[in-house]
Amino acid sequence: MILDIPKFPLAHITDVALDWLTRNFSWLTQALSHITSVLINAIVAGLLFLPPWLLILIVAGIAWRAAGRRVAIFSALGLLFLWNLRLWEPTVQTFTLVLISTLIAVAIGLPLGIAAALSKRTSKVVMPILDFMQTMPAFVYLIPAIPFFGLGAVSASVATVIFATPPTIRLTALGIRQVPADLIEAADAFGSTRRQKLFKVQLPMAVPTIMAGVNQTIMLALSMVVIAAMIGAGGLGGEVWQAIQRLEPGKGFQAGLAIVILAMILDRVTQNIGRGSRKSGNP
Amino acid sequence: MQKIKIEHLTKVFGPRPEQALRMLDEGASNAQIRKTGNAVGIADVSFEVEQGELLVIMGLSGSGKSTLLRCLNRLNPSSRGSICIDGDDITRFDREHLLELRRRKISMVFQHFALFPRRSVADNAAYGLEIQGVDPAARRQSAVEALELVGLKGWEDSFPDQLSGGMQQRVGLARALAVKSDILLMDEAFSALDPLIRRDMQQELASLQRRMKKTIVFITHDLDEALQLGDRIVLMKDGRVVQIGTPENILNHPADDYVKRFVENVDMSRVLTARSVMGRAPEVAFPQDGPRTVLRKMTESSDTSILVVERDRTLVGMAMLDELAKAVKDGRQSIDELIQRDAPAIGPDTPLTEIINLMATWPYRLPVVDEHRKLLGVVTRPQVIDALAQNSTTDAAAEQARNAAV
Repeated sequence: MILDIPKFPLAHITDVALDWLTRNFSWLTQALSHITSVLINAIVAGLLFLPPWLLILIVAGIAWRAAGRRVAIFSALGLLFLWNLRLWEPTVQTFTLVLISTLIAVAIGLPLGIAAALSKRTSKVVMPILDFMQTMPAFVYLIPAIPFFGLGAVSASVATVIFATPPTIRLTALGIRQVPADLIEAADAFGSTRRQKLFKVQLPMAVPTIMAGVNQTIMLALSMVVIAAMIGAGGLGGEVWQAIQRLEPGKGFQAGLAIVILAMILDRVTQNIGRGSRKSGNP
Repeated sequence: MQKIKIEHLTKVFGPRPEQALRMLDEGASNAQIRKTGNAVGIADVSFEVEQGELLVIMGLSGSGKSTLLRCLNRLNPSSRGSICIDGDDITRFDREHLLELRRRKISMVFQHFALFPRRSVADNAAYGLEIQGVDPAARRQSAVEALELVGLKGWEDSFPDQLSGGMQQRVGLARALAVKSDILLMDEAFSALDPLIRRDMQQELASLQRRMKKTIVFITHDLDEALQLGDRIVLMKDGRVVQIGTPENILNHPADDYVKRFVENVDMSRVLTARSVMGRAPEVAFPQDGPRTVLRKMTESSDTSILVVERDRTLVGMAMLDELAKAVKDGRQSIDELIQRDAPAIGPDTPLTEIINLMATWPYRLPVVDEHRKLLGVVTRPQVIDALAQNSTTDAAAEQARNAAV
């Protein structure tokens, strides 16, 4: 027997809602889109304006300071290899998208994470939303991004921000909540205000955990930026996407390897930030 | 002068504190209240702390002593009763006054040190001042001074994890001292340390306290520590005060079986002092007495030595029977030159252990004198043995009573 219950029109409702949003708010999103795309293009142009060897030196220098000699050497060699493969421009594009998306994600995620750590109620609202954001297949974010922001890098970075923010929020909240109770008590006992407690005790103690969250956000952003090539984000993901469409395994592997190298550099460098923040003092 | 006055202080935890308070008023036990999902932290606690006193609050875990301590700076808000510090009831303070109280008047030392691991030793010690908004140079100066006070000079730029437990707690102490508050709350401050280090820290605290005369509320579950440090001891059980008194008072007159059982395992010779075992001085001689007079005084009390004092009972020394007899034979008129002026004398707070040591080399009675060398009494061997024996018989009696009860 077939029950004749009509299908719940979830897809239809969603479409109508999105249409309405698009019609009424696209002026705002288009404006935002315009600003963001100008910013992205400016950064890409700026980075490409520098000779590649100089940029490689700068990256290696940063890697040296943050993570030591081995990571610096690896970064330099990896980037030189990408330059040699004639993948310099897409690499810079991808890096810029990751950078922008991560900055936005941290700018949103850090305050939200702090709020979730300090207020149980906020946490109860935020955490299920994060579950939703993380389990929804990433591709789905791409579809509505297009009517709002148009094809291209901006849509890609919006989808990326949605996909990549949760770890920063979660780990910021976790890091703050993990501060031992007796340190909180000590801070209170000396008459700290809530703000002093947050900035002098909780946040400094949470830095390693927060940085682990930021590191994850960067990795997720990188993976999403590649997927976002499907809506015209360009960069290394674009190379992969082209290779798929033209069935060129060699080119695909080359671009794929470039993503791996970029990922490793970003991971190793950011993993070590926040750990080595204590250098003075003798035993 | 009273520094802290606590009256009828009660703290209950749980979802319905009013209900728990009402049940307390009706005389319910802690167990009955626990069945309702509430819990009693402390119940109807009243006592005072004098300015400059080191008061020890002692009890087993769960006796409410930590809860009580945290009420004093309102880390735990109390449910009922009042806490007056310098005459102001702090349970009524608004947030601003409370912050001010915690910043200037009360500081705290924690059991597990609670140092900030990412701050240097100096920055840890300066934390309280930083919170007050003192400028960096001045707070560094104060922190360095406080660290010097606790013997950590030269460690300013180290980090807590580079220090041993004892040194970490010194930092904790320096952090509390740096703000120059009048009141120090110490929550099992030495309990996490090795026994040897703990003893060092106790001695050091005692000597710091002699110099600084702060008002200290010290929490411990270790009776030896309580007896060693406390001017007075507050004994707690199940959130209630069982007994308040000086260490000797508690040892000699335990208020009930609970206290008695606590006290049983204490090494009495470390705790009893000359004051508690000394007897009245028997016949004394005066420097201007003739040997014959003194000899007659001694035959009456059948002693082999006699104490010599001035008319105002200032101790001069001691005279021995055989020398007096010799002086009589030689026909001397005064005992003045045969007084042993270097004979030992002890103060009223000399512990029994020291007295026993002295007695090993000095077979005669020991005079007990005050700070002006006025004679207060004497301690003899039989008295010492008596005191020790008496306390061990109460132990035995308590033991018997407990066995009978089981």
